[in-house]
Amino acid sequence: MQADLSVIVPEIVIAVYAMAALVLTAYTGKDRMAGMLVWLTAGLFLALSIWIGIGGDGARVAFGGMFHDDAFARFAKITILLSAAAVLVMGQEYMARRNILKFEYPLLIALAAVGMMMMVSAGDLMALYMGLELQSLALYVVASLRRDSARSTEAGLKYFVLGALSSGLLLYGASLTYGYAGSTLFADIITAAEGQAPVGLLFGLVFVMSGLAFKVSAVPFHMWTPDVYEGAPTPVTAFFATAPKVAAMALLARVVHDAFGNVVGDWSQVIAVLSLLSMFLGGIAAIGQTDIKRLMAYSSIAHMGYALMGLAAGTAFGVQAMLIYMAIYVTMNVGTFAFILSMERDGQPVTEIASLNLYSRAYPARALAMLVLLFSLAGVPPLLGFFGKLYVLRAAYEGGLVWLAVAGVIASVIGAFYYLRIVYYMYFGQEREPLETGRSPVIWSLLMASAAIMLVGIINMFGVEGMAQAAAATLVQ
Amino acid sequence: MTIATLAFYLFAVSALAGGLFTVISRNPVHSVLWLILAFISSAGFFVLLGAEFLAMLLLIVYVGAVAVLFLFVVMMLDVDFAALKAEMAKYMPLALLIGVILLMQFALAFANWDTAPQAEAARAAVTPPDMENTAALGMLLYDRYFLIFQLAGLILLVAMVGAIILTLRHRQDVKRQDILAQMYRDPDKAMELRDVKPGQGL
Repeated sequence: MQADLSVIVPEIVIAVYAMAALVLTAYTGKDRMAGMLVWLTAGLFLALSIWIGIGGDGARVAFGGMFHDDAFARFAKITILLSAAAVLVMGQEYMARRNILKFEYPLLIALAAVGMMMMVSAGDLMALYMGLELQSLALYVVASLRRDSARSTEAGLKYFVLGALSSGLLLYGASLTYGYAGSTLFADIITAAEGQAPVGLLFGLVFVMSGLAFKVSAVPFHMWTPDVYEGAPTPVTAFFATAPKVAAMALLARVVHDAFGNVVGDWSQVIAVLSLLSMFLGGIAAIGQTDIKRLMAYSSIAHMGYALMGLAAGTAFGVQAMLIYMAIYVTMNVGTFAFILSMERDGQPVTEIASLNLYSRAYPARALAMLVLLFSLAGVPPLLGFFGKLYVLRAAYEGGLVWLAVAGVIASVIGAFYYLRIVYYMYFGQEREPLETGRSPVIWSLLMASAAIMLVGIINMFGVEGMAQAAAATLVQ
Repeated sequence: MTIATLAFYLFAVSALAGGLFTVISRNPVHSVLWLILAFISSAGFFVLLGAEFLAMLLLIVYVGAVAVLFLFVVMMLDVDFAALKAEMAKYMPLALLIGVILLMQFALAFANWDTAPQAEAARAAVTPPDMENTAALGMLLYDRYFLIFQLAGLILLVAMVGAIILTLRHRQDVKRQDILAQMYRDPDKAMELRDVKPGQGL
């Protein structure tokens, strides 16, 4: 037991911190301490991500195979913790000014982080489900944090009902898989099928993948995304678009490779279809949007499509491409949401795209940073976003999915339109009521840092490439 | 026919009837009562299977707590079930169509359903010979599945925090009792004794 517990120390630290802080704050300062707790939680995330990063190599298994601590899990955990920390400190001022910064918010995010870390380390269908529910339940609550807004409440409710539905699908799939394999351990499931998946396992696989596709908001399970992104408070939306996406994507990769790694052909085609639909629907539906948060929702759907393309290849290189893509996607989104958080007029947040008209005249530096981020999101060549796309396209090509790679290129051209339209508004738009910008130095520095990474990262990607390769190698044997 | 077989069919019939009437009875309170019948019959199955502890748990938790909670919700919340049903009826044809198609697909799947050769052995969680039923359950729950058990606890914590954060409203215009302040009040400062002369007033 002691050896098992030593493997999950990071998770224990966060869980104990969240519980202790919950009790202490409830008895003392309540919401007055919320700002401090946000920084404390972010600091803890940062410290743990460093600790996980420099901690031991190699793979360890705990709790009879239910928990895996390997390079893949560590890569995902570092990405999750860093992005969650960035998003937490980014939204602090915004939430405090709008009176929705409750002291439970950073602690719910901390508990969600525990759930996400369990997800990416899961080695058992039950552990997977528990991690997923811990994460989702915390997210449902923070989505409806702004209680006096009908929009926010609707977002939370919609997310909750559809999330419950997807959990049902997932559980049903898990039960079918268990019915066939006689075990919920991934290590046992993978030995139960070789070559052609038997019908029981196939049904289970499809249901489990549908449930997980809900969480990564892949088409046709994406309906909740725009409404939830629009209705939730912007810092919460920023959180939704980053860490949980990484966790769900990593979880999907782990399930298909660890549990169904012997029947690659069966799930690869399903993921290829999800990827194709997501890329095109995300790209086309975003064109008509006028709200930048809705636009980012469709953008995230499209980006999930590209990440799935890497996974669809079914190879170690595909997993590596997916991990690199997700790391780049998260960095871009942190910067973009930092920009969205700073959009305001008379102290009120503005999310209309049209309000960005001639933004570059008043704030040239911010406009330039946003330009870099948008070009990167669109995948314009010299920027980091392009290399992410290049990786997944190469993975699909080498995995024999040439048609998918070609479709990805076409979808990326369609998708470029709506990113470039924002650039057009910022630099060449019409004279309209000008937009103001919040003065938070945190947001400013995150925006600039994210844009700088898009430019500087192309030199060596800060070593992410090698880490992703090692991570993928542990997952795909 | 042995007593056990007789009991099995008795429980089976009443469980099915309970389930059926839970769905179709018009009065929601009756539905909950039928549900209790279904729970009790299922508890009977556990007894027949030799899992007495689970049977008692089912009775205590589901009949004792969950069903009572349902009754409270049904009686205290003013939900217009007739209107809900009318709303449901609108989508009924489509739902039925999808349901039937899904059922047919599953029938196709289950027709040639088989399990992995090692599934039977993997699935069995045999009670160790030197251990009682309850102790064996405890070993599974708190030892083998320790991690999942603790995670379930965290999930419940999140649910509780969520319920509080979404519903608790701190009202500033309400006077609250502060017991310490009451106890430390100094009578000399709080009141003043005056000698009032008759006919003069204060």
